[in-house]
Amino acid sequence: MTEASKAPTLAKFASPVDRFHLELEPLKEAGMKLAGIYCVFAPVELVRAAGAVSVGLCGKKQAPIPEAERVLPANLCPLIKSSFGYAATATCPYFNATDFILAETTCDGKKKMFELMNSIKTVHMMRLPTDKSPEAQALWLAEMRRLAAFLAERTGQTVTDEALRREIALQNRIRRALLDVAAFMSEARPPISSLDLMGVCESRTFVLDQEAYLNDLLALRGELEELRAKGSSPYRQGAPRILLTGTPVGRGSEKVLRLLEEAGAVVVVLENCTGIKGVVGLTDENAADPFAALAKRYLDTPCSCMSPNTGRFALIDDLTRQFQPTGVVDLVWQACHTYSVESHSLSRHVTEDLGLPFLKIETDYTESDVEQLRTRIEAFLELQTH
Amino acid sequence: MGIIGDVAGIDIGSRSIELVVMRGAEVVHTAKAATTFDPVGQCRALLKDVFATRVVATGYGRKLFTEAFDGDARLGRVSDITEIQAYALGVTRLFPQARTILDIGGQDSKVISLGPNGRVLRFEMNDRCAAGTGKFLEIMALSLQVPLTDFGAFAQSGDTRIPINSMCTVFAESEATSLMARGEKAQNIALGIHLAIMQRIHSMLRRAGQDGPLVFAGGVARNPCAVELLREITGTQCLVPQDPDLAGALGACLHAQKLLENDND
Repeated sequence: MTEASKAPTLAKFASPVDRFHLELEPLKEAGMKLAGIYCVFAPVELVRAAGAVSVGLCGKKQAPIPEAERVLPANLCPLIKSSFGYAATATCPYFNATDFILAETTCDGKKKMFELMNSIKTVHMMRLPTDKSPEAQALWLAEMRRLAAFLAERTGQTVTDEALRREIALQNRIRRALLDVAAFMSEARPPISSLDLMGVCESRTFVLDQEAYLNDLLALRGELEELRAKGSSPYRQGAPRILLTGTPVGRGSEKVLRLLEEAGAVVVVLENCTGIKGVVGLTDENAADPFAALAKRYLDTPCSCMSPNTGRFALIDDLTRQFQPTGVVDLVWQACHTYSVESHSLSRHVTEDLGLPFLKIETDYTESDVEQLRTRIEAFLELQTH
Repeated sequence: MGIIGDVAGIDIGSRSIELVVMRGAEVVHTAKAATTFDPVGQCRALLKDVFATRVVATGYGRKLFTEAFDGDARLGRVSDITEIQAYALGVTRLFPQARTILDIGGQDSKVISLGPNGRVLRFEMNDRCAAGTGKFLEIMALSLQVPLTDFGAFAQSGDTRIPINSMCTVFAESEATSLMARGEKAQNIALGIHLAIMQRIHSMLRRAGQDGPLVFAGGVARNPCAVELLREITGTQCLVPQDPDLAGALGACLHAQKLLENDND
């Protein structure tokens, strides 16, 4: 990485907690309900159309895991343990401020953990199917309507088609703007660092004022265009380009992303659900039934809890065309069975069909294996440069 | 009087440090030391009389080394490569026909697949735990009170193969303890431990897709029982360098040579 000028608007995404508290106070005074969400399957359009707001919750740091392990088995994915640990120790400011939690039956570890979390705070569980058959789509649509009823009971506001269409349009605009910002990484020398972009993406769920977030994204896009025109970039020419896929990463769990960049790579795109996976795919704004359009959009999310999950391979193909990676790194949090098993077929797809080198990394939130990982990552990058 | 070379390669592993110094195409000096808790001090002692214009470090201590020695007037320019690259270079020099390298070191084990030109195609590494590494053998030798250098021969004198099921170093130690308590011969326990480690290595070799001549390098390749079992399990006559633990330092040294040639171009 080299010294380069930073887009000034990046500062707005730097400390989401402070921003959250500032935005929350007037909303709470007005009696607004706050839903906590963990996952890209949570339909935030619906929450907002019911007159509530949503916020992402903590689960990306090691700190509360020892406490979580008093209840949960140690051999469980760190994301689940961390999420539960934050809730149990009341150390996540977002969780503490929520009125209820939205959860989905994604992986086994999460759904069983949510049963326990329900004794800390009300958890509304959406029954997420694992495929896209007509029966599955009908179930997921019914779950959308059941969520609308759950929300209406708490906010006293029935979700109208009009309100839902308005929120769908807003989230579509945000997704388009985020894709525009992410697209700068397709440059040979991008004007933004991957870690900064991760923060921008991650902030989406922490900002309550989504119109303000959209305006920040548009301002950032303009600044990045200027930096690009000036040729300003934190990266050197000819650096290896990595597509990072697999389990989510964010502030606190970005160790692999950091090691890749320290070793001289540009992480051109995060295919995971904290990156592009939750952003691609817009909701059809012209559909006759906005509920059905929303259900379809969310069920199309190519998460490894889907079976089969061919959408992930198709997305990686698209991203490979757009971002021209020289290698693919599949990050699997320890004991995440769905991503770990899927890694085998992904490895074959990447090496045989895309002809790119592939590295699977299985690790947790601790720093205990950083030097071992550094060796593997540097050796993987050497394959692409020597 | 010093050791005057053009280039040097140093491999700072978790258990030992190896040094190779070359002048022209010739190796003029090799040395070895324990890593200890002060790897920089150990490197300084090893390099006391060495003069070079390019030094390349590899192994876990490579970053530490470049930070400590870059700018040292006696050593010239210092840079680093990973041990994967270093072993590929070193082993290819010793055995140009090599297609797969197995390196079992003190802290990790790796399998490296090579292309016809010695280029690294793929590699597999064990994760963070000590299972399947030299450390595992070291702890087991300690618990059976056999010096590490004799542990392989000691195991070869066993007459029965007992399965050791635990691959976690901590659990395997308790398993060995309970076998001892049942009166099992220490030689047989030692043999069982070697079998367990080599079976784990075998699955790693299969994952990497072992193909063509196999070279066994790294410190554990000095262990005759490990070599014998590897030959038996893979059904191939694997090649072992005369100084298997020097392969990484040699590779680093060859890389330094290449850098020096580029400097002079």
